[in-house]
Amino acid sequence: MSGVHETIEAVWRIEATRLIAAIARVVRDVGLAEELAQEALVTALEVWPEEGIPDRPGAWLMTAAKRRAIDALRRGRMLERKHVELGLELERQQERLGDALDHALDEVIDDDVLRLVFTACHPVLPVEGRIALTLRLIGGLTTAEIARAFLVPEKTLGQRISRAKKTLAEAHVPFETPRGDELNRRVESVLTVVYIIFNEGYTATAGEEWMRTALSEEALRLGRILRRLLPGESEVHALIALMELQASRSAARRGPDGEAVLLPDQDRSLWDRAQIQRGFAALERAQRLGGGARPYALQASIAACHMRARTAEETDWGRIVLLYDALLQVLPSPVVALNRAVAVGMAWGPAAGLDELDAATALAGESATASYHLFPSVRGDFLRKLGRLSEARDEIRRALAMTKNLRERELLEKRLRQWEKATPSA
Amino acid sequence: MPQYLIAIQHPEDYDPSLEGEAMIRDIAALNEEMDAAGARFFAGGLESARHARSLRKQPGGGVSITDGPYLEAKEHVGGFWILDCADLDEALAWGRKAVVACRVPVEVRAFLRIRPKRESPGRGGSA
Repeated sequence: MSGVHETIEAVWRIEATRLIAAIARVVRDVGLAEELAQEALVTALEVWPEEGIPDRPGAWLMTAAKRRAIDALRRGRMLERKHVELGLELERQQERLGDALDHALDEVIDDDVLRLVFTACHPVLPVEGRIALTLRLIGGLTTAEIARAFLVPEKTLGQRISRAKKTLAEAHVPFETPRGDELNRRVESVLTVVYIIFNEGYTATAGEEWMRTALSEEALRLGRILRRLLPGESEVHALIALMELQASRSAARRGPDGEAVLLPDQDRSLWDRAQIQRGFAALERAQRLGGGARPYALQASIAACHMRARTAEETDWGRIVLLYDALLQVLPSPVVALNRAVAVGMAWGPAAGLDELDAATALAGESATASYHLFPSVRGDFLRKLGRLSEARDEIRRALAMTKNLRERELLEKRLRQWEKATPSA
Repeated sequence: MPQYLIAIQHPEDYDPSLEGEAMIRDIAALNEEMDAAGARFFAGGLESARHARSLRKQPGGGVSITDGPYLEAKEHVGGFWILDCADLDEALAWGRKAVVACRVPVEVRAFLRIRPKRESPGRGGSA
């Protein structure tokens, strides 16, 4: 049996987005809409345990929010809002606002939710503000939940959210869907936020495990919401594909003691076949929409190459190299170049891989690669395969000095021990 | 993400022709809402259990097919949703809405999640 508070939280999760979107359409201010919705939730937390959960919780919350909105209007909290026409006496204003909010929830359309997504991910906000606001407004997560997921104190996260709302208000960010060229840029910003949320859950190894998983799943859910809102955007489908394909390996990524298991060593029977199929279908959709050469589609295609191989040896590394070539064209970065070098090493041997890696490092410059432990780690791996063991160990030690992540340190130390054992004389 | 079945329980004598416009609208609205929340994985209504066929394996081999539902019961599944939900609480919150929209009881059940088998050290079989 779940407690009444869990029930209310769950009801809130599924009502929050539409509620906030509907209020925002009327008051034209996302920050205020969120506050009014929150206040309605607080009322629900007081009333529902006594009176039971109403049949139509969304409508109930809207009525509570309406009372708060009228209150806010009376106290001048909405003085600067556009819809408040000067000269109209307060009573008439209240009536109008009340009417508008009464109908808002019935009329809430996908466009309102889409506007909410674009506002939460607005480029005027720092990335961490976008993430917090997206999880709060569209994910319906509580501040405490978001704080737990990102391992920051609840107070810090609360401040992050109020700062973000303040920034939106000060920048007079309109509650609207961007058009034309602006739309592409803004979709990119939304997808970045979703993918960061996914990776936060997928790659980080600290924190409560279940909350991590919840973050990845939340990102997938956000992806599905976006797919409904922007069905013609190929990169939305591609990002879903990428996330599904990566998430399908979750069960195989941890050993019995929670240690990381890398792709070549994973037990492929633990991969989630149904999820892989969903990923393939989403990738195909992205390609049919003509977006096969865009960044998320290429990354998903690379993931798909891995998923198609029944064993690590069967992996089509030649094809992966080609996909990385294409990815470097649209998303040039040292990390992509590094991954390409790994693929080259697998396709044509460690000497070719080492050449590629050194070329990539030279191109990126020392400073870009100096803080990323995978550069020396991969270089060490190539050198070991070439039999240059003492150089290889030096690289691993360099890598060790660069990472604080416990699981990664464990992996590197294990490798170092193995290589030392293999050559007691060297 | 865990998946949950929300099965609509129709009484034995359920007459779908009596479903009012309001109810159809409510269910459509609920479907929309589930989609908008990224929760709806699948939804479908079933034909009346009266038209079901039941298949049984015969003791001597072979399979017999008879008309009618497998069990004589007071309720039959009239339709169902499969939802992606964060947890049981969320599935139950959708279940509440389903009860209101469909005007009949529903049953909420979690799908089994395949968890990797962690065998004790030693070689497993092939595959």
